[in-house]
Amino acid sequence: MLSSANLERFDALKRRYPETKALTLPLLWMIQEEYGFISEESMKYAAGLLGVPYGHVLGVVTFYTMFRSKPAGKYHIEVCTNVSCMLRGSGEIMSHLEGKLGIKCGETTKDRRYSLGEVECMGACGKAPMFAVGETYYENLDTRKVDKILDELR
Amino acid sequence: MMSRPSDSTKASSWSPVILPDIKDYHKIDVYLASGGYKALKKALGMKPEEVTDEVKKSNLRGRGGACFPTGLKWTFMPKQSAKPKYLCVNGDESEPGTFKDRQIFEFNPHQLIEGIAIACYAMGVATAYLYVRGEYARWAKMMEKALADAYANNFVGDKICGSGFSTNIYIHVGAGAYICGEESALMNSLEGDRGYPRVKPPFPAQFGLWGCPTTINNVETIANVPVIIDRGWEWYSKIGTPKHPGPILVGVSGHVNNPGVFEMATGEPLLEIIHKWAGGVPGNKRIKAVIPGGSSTMILRGEALEGVRMDADSLKAAGSAVGTAGVIVMDEDTDLIRVLTRIAKFYYHESCGQCTPCREGTGWMWKILKRFEESQARKQDIDLLLEVANNIEGNTICALGDAAAWPVQAMVKRFRDEFERRTVPEAAGTAEPAAA
Repeated sequence: MLSSANLERFDALKRRYPETKALTLPLLWMIQEEYGFISEESMKYAAGLLGVPYGHVLGVVTFYTMFRSKPAGKYHIEVCTNVSCMLRGSGEIMSHLEGKLGIKCGETTKDRRYSLGEVECMGACGKAPMFAVGETYYENLDTRKVDKILDELR
Repeated sequence: MMSRPSDSTKASSWSPVILPDIKDYHKIDVYLASGGYKALKKALGMKPEEVTDEVKKSNLRGRGGACFPTGLKWTFMPKQSAKPKYLCVNGDESEPGTFKDRQIFEFNPHQLIEGIAIACYAMGVATAYLYVRGEYARWAKMMEKALADAYANNFVGDKICGSGFSTNIYIHVGAGAYICGEESALMNSLEGDRGYPRVKPPFPAQFGLWGCPTTINNVETIANVPVIIDRGWEWYSKIGTPKHPGPILVGVSGHVNNPGVFEMATGEPLLEIIHKWAGGVPGNKRIKAVIPGGSSTMILRGEALEGVRMDADSLKAAGSAVGTAGVIVMDEDTDLIRVLTRIAKFYYHESCGQCTPCREGTGWMWKILKRFEESQARKQDIDLLLEVANNIEGNTICALGDAAAWPVQAMVKRFRDEFERRTVPEAAGTAEPAAA
């Protein structure tokens, strides 16, 4: 299931921890990177690699908000709506995105290109409002800037 | 991406030592040319307990929110231990309004690495884990790069700088859970479990990671260590407020003209921070309220800011806390009920669910607050809200329960009129009771 490169990474990481179970998060990250989400099948596979029950892996996947058990859009847009962003117009950014993409927060466009979500504070308060797409932060947003970014994310 | 490490303008004579304004400081050659890793070499020439003593005498207090004396914490670690000892560096930075550790990852990763190596030497630790929140994946990669350079130059790894001391540093990335910033939850997360806080005692110094002696320090705290070793505790302890000395990274957000992270000496007046460092309030509006240290610290009224300083004691006296020094400024037009409802929603979302008062109470508070937000609350909902908050506080395994209760208690106490304005006359009240 894991690419051979990631399997090698997994084996190398084992040396960093006294117990293999500590690799639960790193392994789940590798799976999500490869597949875009973590399926039930992947969780069972991870349990085998880690030597832990499937229930443990399921428990971890459902606990951490960044792990997805369903696929998201090609571009998963996560808008921070916490206080610092809220005070600087994240509500407007969210409704602008909903209007432009024709979906509500929590939904995916029909062509699966975009999905939209709400996130808690991302540590970008000094450049609020913001959204993240994958590892990239887009900060100091206004609706004009949002349009430009959407044009780039095709 | 931020172009400057600290957004400090010429607001004071303080020259930054945590986020110095030196081009490409994140690169190891630039860091070395500016005297980087000098403190590590100095420390390796001292006895481990002398290093701890230096940190103790500097009066450095933790920058992760609790302000606990760092040197004292280090002395809790057993000198002799049959089991391995660990250091966890907390880079889970998730308290709303807090964005300072991110600046260290990006602009001064080597000072953090140097501080970790010194801390490991002082406590006899052979393995340190730097826990970085999952959302900071990009910044974790920046740290990986710096760490690889530090390994290549023998500042980390086997027989550091030709000494007999060896230590490894590993980066561990989280996956989105505020609670993992709580030290025992962080350890469980590192072990590969759900981020559930542990009951204390036993304390981490006795029974931490994998049941071994462990110390957990915040990123900014550790970044202060090389400065203390390099310049000495006497120099350090004279910066800012004597009881809570040193440089502090203050993040200012919300209704200010120039939001950002500013490095300053502790004890800077809050009003100076807002007006001088952060450029004042747009449109010269009146300040209605300020949350001084991240979302869990108690809100202050705009009129009550005179004389309040950015340090542990001054903010405590003002009825709040320095927390993570994340200052959120709100102007006169701010709907504070909306702000509090959003904060309550956050804690409801982030409660790990182990303790009933927190798991249920945070949801109830959010539900009641939504009634106020919609101006559909009943008069008795104010007391109901307080009752729920009071029953969470102190009744949970970890401080998340308290962190959820304090903003509610403070808002009711200091802005009761805002709540009263959002109630409907008794007979017309149609909303259902919160707790069903």
